[in-house]
Amino acid sequence: MKELLLLGAEAIAQGAIDGGMSGVYAYPGTPSTEITEYVQDSELAQSKKIHSQWSANEKTAMEAALGMSYSGKRAMVCMKHVGLNVAADAFMNSAITGINGGLLITVADDPSMHSSQNEQDSRYYGKFAQIPILEPSNQQEAYDMAYFGFRLSEELEVPVMLRITTRLSHSRSGIVRKEEVPTNELSLPKDLKQFILLPSLAKKRYKKLVEARPKFEESSAKSQYNQFFDAPDKKLGIIACGISYNYLMENYPGGCEYPVMKICQYPMPRNRISEFEELVDELLVLEEGYPMIEELLAGYFRKGKKVHGRLDGTLPRMGELNPDLVGKALGFDVPEIEDVPEIVVGRPPSLCVGCGHRDAYSALNVAIEQYGDGHVFADIGCYTLGALPPYEAINSCVDMGASITMAKGAADAGLHPAVAVIGDSTFTHSGMTGLLDAVSENTNITIIISDNLTTAMTGGQHSAAENRLENICEGIGVDPKHIRVIVPHHKNHDLMVEMMKEEFEYPGVSVIIPRRECIQTLARKKRNKVASKRV
Amino acid sequence: MKKDIIISGVGGQGILSISAIIGIAALESGLNLKQSEVHGMSQRGGDVQANLRISSDEVYSDLISHKRADLILSVEPMEALRYLPFLSPDGWIVTNITPYKNIPNYPDDEALFAELKKHPNLVLVDADKIAKECGTARAGNIVMLGAAAPFLDISNEMLEFGIRKIFGRKGEDIVNINLKALKAGREVSEKVIAGK
Ligand SMILES: Cc1ncc(C[n+]2csc(CCOP(=O)(O)OP(=O)(O)O)c2C)c(N)n1
Ligand code: SF4
Repeated sequence: MKELLLLGAEAIAQGAIDGGMSGVYAYPGTPSTEITEYVQDSELAQSKKIHSQWSANEKTAMEAALGMSYSGKRAMVCMKHVGLNVAADAFMNSAITGINGGLLITVADDPSMHSSQNEQDSRYYGKFAQIPILEPSNQQEAYDMAYFGFRLSEELEVPVMLRITTRLSHSRSGIVRKEEVPTNELSLPKDLKQFILLPSLAKKRYKKLVEARPKFEESSAKSQYNQFFDAPDKKLGIIACGISYNYLMENYPGGCEYPVMKICQYPMPRNRISEFEELVDELLVLEEGYPMIEELLAGYFRKGKKVHGRLDGTLPRMGELNPDLVGKALGFDVPEIEDVPEIVVGRPPSLCVGCGHRDAYSALNVAIEQYGDGHVFADIGCYTLGALPPYEAINSCVDMGASITMAKGAADAGLHPAVAVIGDSTFTHSGMTGLLDAVSENTNITIIISDNLTTAMTGGQHSAAENRLENICEGIGVDPKHIRVIVPHHKNHDLMVEMMKEEFEYPGVSVIIPRRECIQTLARKKRNKVASKRV
Repeated sequence: MKKDIIISGVGGQGILSISAIIGIAALESGLNLKQSEVHGMSQRGGDVQANLRISSDEVYSDLISHKRADLILSVEPMEALRYLPFLSPDGWIVTNITPYKNIPNYPDDEALFAELKKHPNLVLVDADKIAKECGTARAGNIVMLGAAAPFLDISNEMLEFGIRKIFGRKGEDIVNINLKALKAGREVSEKVIAGK
């Protein structure tokens, strides 16, 4: 078959489509968004009626995927690393229920925090849930793992995690496809109590999971992705996990002088790792993310053979790896990094010129001035850029939905005004439940839902809030007189300032909705219209 | 054959389309490649780059090592300089000359070009002007691609194939404008190379 030029994320999507997936469930999040978008745009996926609509958040996505698996079909759920925190309850328990149709949980980590609040390493979650993890080293493996991952999940009877990082997700390479596998037929679990985690039943299921461990290790030991490469110099043995294998080989185009163990499926196969350790004098662990394997192999008291990696300073403790860092760790003469010429200045991201969030912040900064700094709890989205000059309008950005609840806590503590700024998509992701808390106690907060009718930060995906915001707020119990909509535009600046001032002084829950479409999605719609006219 | 290329610019300037065309052309030529892009936060007007690695052998790393890039292809002059630590001592800089000033402290034009000119292997391209002459200001990125073409070791037919593949759906007129832009860009670099 002809090669396709695909991003790592797209390779996973294509692999899953070809591997018999019936549905993908996801909430957008860099660097995972392109997986679902690819399925949405795929004609093949459409012809096979593969589900690909966005979910409201990662938890609902995880649960829907589990429901599809319950029904015997192959499902994938995708998210960025912090999304797994949101989905964690369902995720942890899905390891105990097990699966019926193959279930792949694809999580994209962001070491170096290119577009994230942290660089948490999802392999810990895989270990925590005690399920197998696949970690591709390149785009072809990403395709293959998605393709075979469903079968692996069905063989081992548990969900399987597919862990990638930004670099792999956002890098393109040629992919060779495999033959399409038909989707599964609808079929209920053999044991209709399998998914009932009542304590008495859950204990049995959990025992089954714990006892399956040797089977998982055996699968890793036989895995085509875990490869041993022998070499003459046994002074050092290198364990290279996932994409770090590439950075190693980049330094050894003709082959590595030391024995190498490439690990792309976990749990690590204990027998093979023990044999490897006996073969060599010292170990070097290369892993993208936290020093998880290094810590395991080095042990708390470091009594065994020397283990080098991120913990002993051979590699940096934080941030993503690259060929230079790995080269240095191997003792190569890597050229010192020269400085960027002084004339080059930073170019931080900023809100687009003409963006409605700008007008909302201009008004907010004026309305709040009399109360002083420190009253605004914000959230995650394009509007987080309001933290930077020229606005410097916000005081928090922690996790999705936290603006409303943090404002509530601050109001409970006596802060007035306590203001939350949240986007439409973030509001439906996880702001609604916080609003209910505030309504239940009639907390004195003002919530600004800066509505641009899309999920802009991640590229303009459909927002579940569309046409629903006022109804949701009213349904949750906000007094309709204090749900106020306005077009954020400089001509409405004074009106908006007045509106905000009034609501700050209203002793209860108020919601202000500045609503104007994101100019990027608006421009895209116009372009598409022109394009379709031409066709 | 092995080429390591950094493509740089500002989020929203569309560097990914340049990268995509070279990628398609390389794949069609039977070469191996990895093409790492920036998506996400910095696409909002921040600095963005793509690492493009093409080789007749297997390409391992998605990222280019320091001092190994054969070419910096930039659609914005200051952004060309940002990646200088990656350029090999005999590598080339091919850059558009139109600054994109979305920051208050953008350097002075004269000082900026003086800094660029310190580099001996330099091609400055007035991509916006050339693109307009070809039919649309939108084709600036393809002018830049053309200017990079002599340094790529990929045949012109393959690059033209890439352009057809990317712009084909927009109609024959758009394709032709872009093919013209490719040629015009190439001529700028060929002149510089001939003068060396
Ligand atoms: C748990 C979690 N999931 C996903 C993301 C990625 N993410 C950050 S902002 C955002 C979209 C926010 O959309 P919206 O609230 O409408 O604001 P906009 O960007 O449109 O201004 C997403 C999906 C994240 N940071 N955390
Ligand atoms: S992408 Fe849309 S929401 Fe984000 S800054 Fe630009 S205009 Fe505003």
